[in-house]
Amino acid sequence: MRLALFLTGLVLPGLFLPGLCWAMEAPPGASSCSGCHTGASGAGMVSITGRDSSELTATMEAFRSGARPATLMNRLVRGFDPDEVKAIAAWLAVQK
Amino acid sequence: MSVVTRRATLGALAMPFVARAAHAATGRVVVIGGGFGGASVARALHAGAPSLQVTLVEAQSTYIACPFSNHVIAGLRPIEAQIFDLSGVGRAGVTVVQAMATGVDPVAKTVSLQGRPTLSYDRLVLSPGVDLNDAALPGYSEAAAQIMPHAWKAGAQTLLLRAQLEAMPDGGVVVMSAPANPYRCPPGPYERASLIAHYLKTRKPRSKLILLDAKDAFSKQKLFQQAWAALYPGLLEWVSLSDGGKVTSVDPANMTLTTDFNVQKADVANVIPPQRAGAIAALAGVADRSGWCPVDPITFASKLQPDIHVIGDAAIAGAMPKSAFAANAQAKVCAAAIIRALDGATPGEPRLLNTCYSLVAPGYGISVAGVYRPVAGVLTDIDGAGGSSPLDAPPDMRAAEAGYGEAWFRAITAEAFG
Repeated sequence: MRLALFLTGLVLPGLFLPGLCWAMEAPPGASSCSGCHTGASGAGMVSITGRDSSELTATMEAFRSGARPATLMNRLVRGFDPDEVKAIAAWLAVQK
Repeated sequence: MSVVTRRATLGALAMPFVARAAHAATGRVVVIGGGFGGASVARALHAGAPSLQVTLVEAQSTYIACPFSNHVIAGLRPIEAQIFDLSGVGRAGVTVVQAMATGVDPVAKTVSLQGRPTLSYDRLVLSPGVDLNDAALPGYSEAAAQIMPHAWKAGAQTLLLRAQLEAMPDGGVVVMSAPANPYRCPPGPYERASLIAHYLKTRKPRSKLILLDAKDAFSKQKLFQQAWAALYPGLLEWVSLSDGGKVTSVDPANMTLTTDFNVQKADVANVIPPQRAGAIAALAGVADRSGWCPVDPITFASKLQPDIHVIGDAAIAGAMPKSAFAANAQAKVCAAAIIRALDGATPGEPRLLNTCYSLVAPGYGISVAGVYRPVAGVLTDIDGAGGSSPLDAPPDMRAAEAGYGEAWFRAITAEAFG
């Protein structure tokens, strides 16, 4: 994962290099998020890609604890343990 | 090269969450069905491995979305807001073929098309949605559906049911019938009943809605029943299986629905019949005797034909409901698994989400969510996660969820169709 992150940082957005697998594999559950968080939805379902991973992790943990009010994310985050949340946040952070 | 790069970039922009991995995977993947599952899997395959040749086969030129079509029936939304085409999927780098798939040869690995050359594939993904199983309901047929619309595939049927409600005099009786599980969109009949009740309450208040049900329990049941008691007392009557709600036959000529205990006369009848996987699933040999398609919960590969994957409503996906969001989530997991397999790698254990909003009245939304993982070969609810909106939520949360429902529709349609 560290190597993948390192390589990702070197590749310019929009380019791709045939034959070189540089992107992180989506951790379990991560690919579902874009069903709502496409950035096209508005009304609170904000874009969550390219954000600082520790900020994303803190937000999801605040949904879990109830510190941050939610209608639905509080129900979804309970399907993941804290390490799984961190892995999803790290992956989202490097998505465009 | 430059063309491929441009396409890959556009695809990446249009579908931001799919890793823009330049996988070495090569091969031909054919997808049949241009709904939420098929459009999503085609785009995810191309975005994840631009070297794949991805072809999407869909018979219709446009896709008319079922989510929010209940709003159209109740006069709250124009049908135009439901219509999508596959040009965005084409712009994302997928070859779109508008043709009816008439057969699949799983040994030769070919798909035959009506009036078009046969397609060869290395992997085939079926996302055919549902077919109405009219034979399971005596008296019901395509002709009967012109009198007693199902409106369970959005489009002309949606508009027919709306027109019948508009033409019905005040004081009329609307009868709906809901099927036994499994069927497309578990909370759909109850959202529809809510919004028809809203239409009657505001436009034809002396009318009545009777919902005949082949079940004793349904999705978001307590939330719906709480809302019905508050909003539609005396107007909406739910008749459970135990109370004789199962419709055993219909008679369109006399506008009656027969249950075990009763013959119910209707001024408007909305018959939601039993369903099964879209016809191509049986032709491809991936449907079992239930009419649905057993799949591996990690790859969505058919348990009957391993080079054919089945996603969306047609698949037997354990605890996952037959919903647009589930089809989209399955599409992305299936695409990643196909790319890994073509790369010679083994896919890891996935986790999948579902989110689903229902409107019970304008400004009054409720939701259900789920998180699923394979347990002993079956997609299973993760304990403690997911579930319905709280029963004791204040009105501002119901209003917020009505707004989130609309945002959900914009998001999921942008994700699937671009």
